[in-house]
Amino acid sequence: MAPADSPLMGDPGSVDQGNLYPSGASDRFCTGCGSASTSCSGCNRPLDPPRFCPTCGRRLTVAVTPGGYRARCRDHGEPIGV
Amino acid sequence: MPGEATATPIRTTVTLSAPNRGPDKPSPQRIEIESIDARARLSAVEVALLDEKRLLTTEELAGLAELPDQWVTSLAALAHQVRLAWCGPEVEVEGILSAKTGGCPEDCHFCSQSSRFDTPVKATPFLEAGEVLAAAEETKALGASEFCIVLAIRGPDERTMQRILELVPMIHEQTGLNVAVSVGLLTEEQARRLAEGGVHRYNHNLETSRSFFPHVVTTHSWEEREDTCRLVRDHGMELCCGALIGMGETDAQRVELIGQLQELDPTEVPLNFLNPRPGTPLGDEQPVAAWEAIRWIAMFRLGLPGVILRYAGGREVTLRELQAMGMTSGINALIVGNYLTTLGRSADEDLQMLSDLRMPVGALTGVL
Repeated sequence: MAPADSPLMGDPGSVDQGNLYPSGASDRFCTGCGSASTSCSGCNRPLDPPRFCPTCGRRLTVAVTPGGYRARCRDHGEPIGV
Repeated sequence: MPGEATATPIRTTVTLSAPNRGPDKPSPQRIEIESIDARARLSAVEVALLDEKRLLTTEELAGLAELPDQWVTSLAALAHQVRLAWCGPEVEVEGILSAKTGGCPEDCHFCSQSSRFDTPVKATPFLEAGEVLAAAEETKALGASEFCIVLAIRGPDERTMQRILELVPMIHEQTGLNVAVSVGLLTEEQARRLAEGGVHRYNHNLETSRSFFPHVVTTHSWEEREDTCRLVRDHGMELCCGALIGMGETDAQRVELIGQLQELDPTEVPLNFLNPRPGTPLGDEQPVAAWEAIRWIAMFRLGLPGVILRYAGGREVTLRELQAMGMTSGINALIVGNYLTTLGRSADEDLQMLSDLRMPVGALTGVL
């Protein structure tokens, strides 16, 4: 059983109780570099998973596997729409 | 298994349009060479590799490295014939997993997983067995025959050794995949235990030539890496030992590295192209130009005619539309899907490419 904070726990489609990221809310931070979206409109890195939380700008815990990846913010869960 | 958390594939790999990557590294100035001279050099090495079936000398390789750009297709065509003659047409497909990411104590200047640099990569602990197995099953579903478990560490402590020794046979039994491991510098005892524990192939890259290595890593030496490579071979595991091109080394240093790899005689050589990573000392390097990458794929094949020459990190970013060309320039293996911290193109695109090239997929194990 993976620990609760494992990057690979949880169902991608569900919204955790702790996920404070409602759909439709604007991204305040760039997921590529963590800068405020007022200073970065989005780093064009199609070959990188999201690295920073769009809600708070903190680094995400990211686990890359051959077939996919999982990215999770300590406070905001998985970013939607990245 | 019911009740056990597993890593289900969360999002599929992206299909690329041409990724934005900035200007190429400028090519070195190469002297003009008369066509008759260039053809003579190519002809001589063709005889050496296809008739005499011997390795090329450093001088011969240097003579090829300086051929102007118009000769790259000739180098590539010869490299393709050498691959077919020494290895056959099969392509080995492999998945790799970063089972412990970031937080590495070493300072390899190209690597976003070093704890010494301020990179976006956040450290994660060693994944649980169920998660590693799920990644292996993903790998199998993508059409691979090989699965490599990689940890971002200097070398394995006892707890890590025990985890590896549990994981390797379990994954092999459950999936049928050959399991490779890459966990850093080894002692003799560790090499013996891994070999006895069923590790099929052990990866430890030289990355670059002995003379350039101090510019890339300061926390351990090239000789320490070479020692681990020799231990792997001494204890009967296949050696996978790769290179990373584009860190500022010269052409002569790339030829030097090929010679050093000839000396080590690995089963597999993964060829990585620098993908400059934000926050690392090499983060502002320009990427290798695609045409240079084709040249050096051919050079590595001509220098190491019998190895499994694998497309590894940075392939999509560097080769772009020339990825299929690399497959007819000496490459006979590839990493499918994603890499350790970055994403790759979809497995479907790779398998379609191999089908279009009429290259069968299969497990390889050295020279025919």
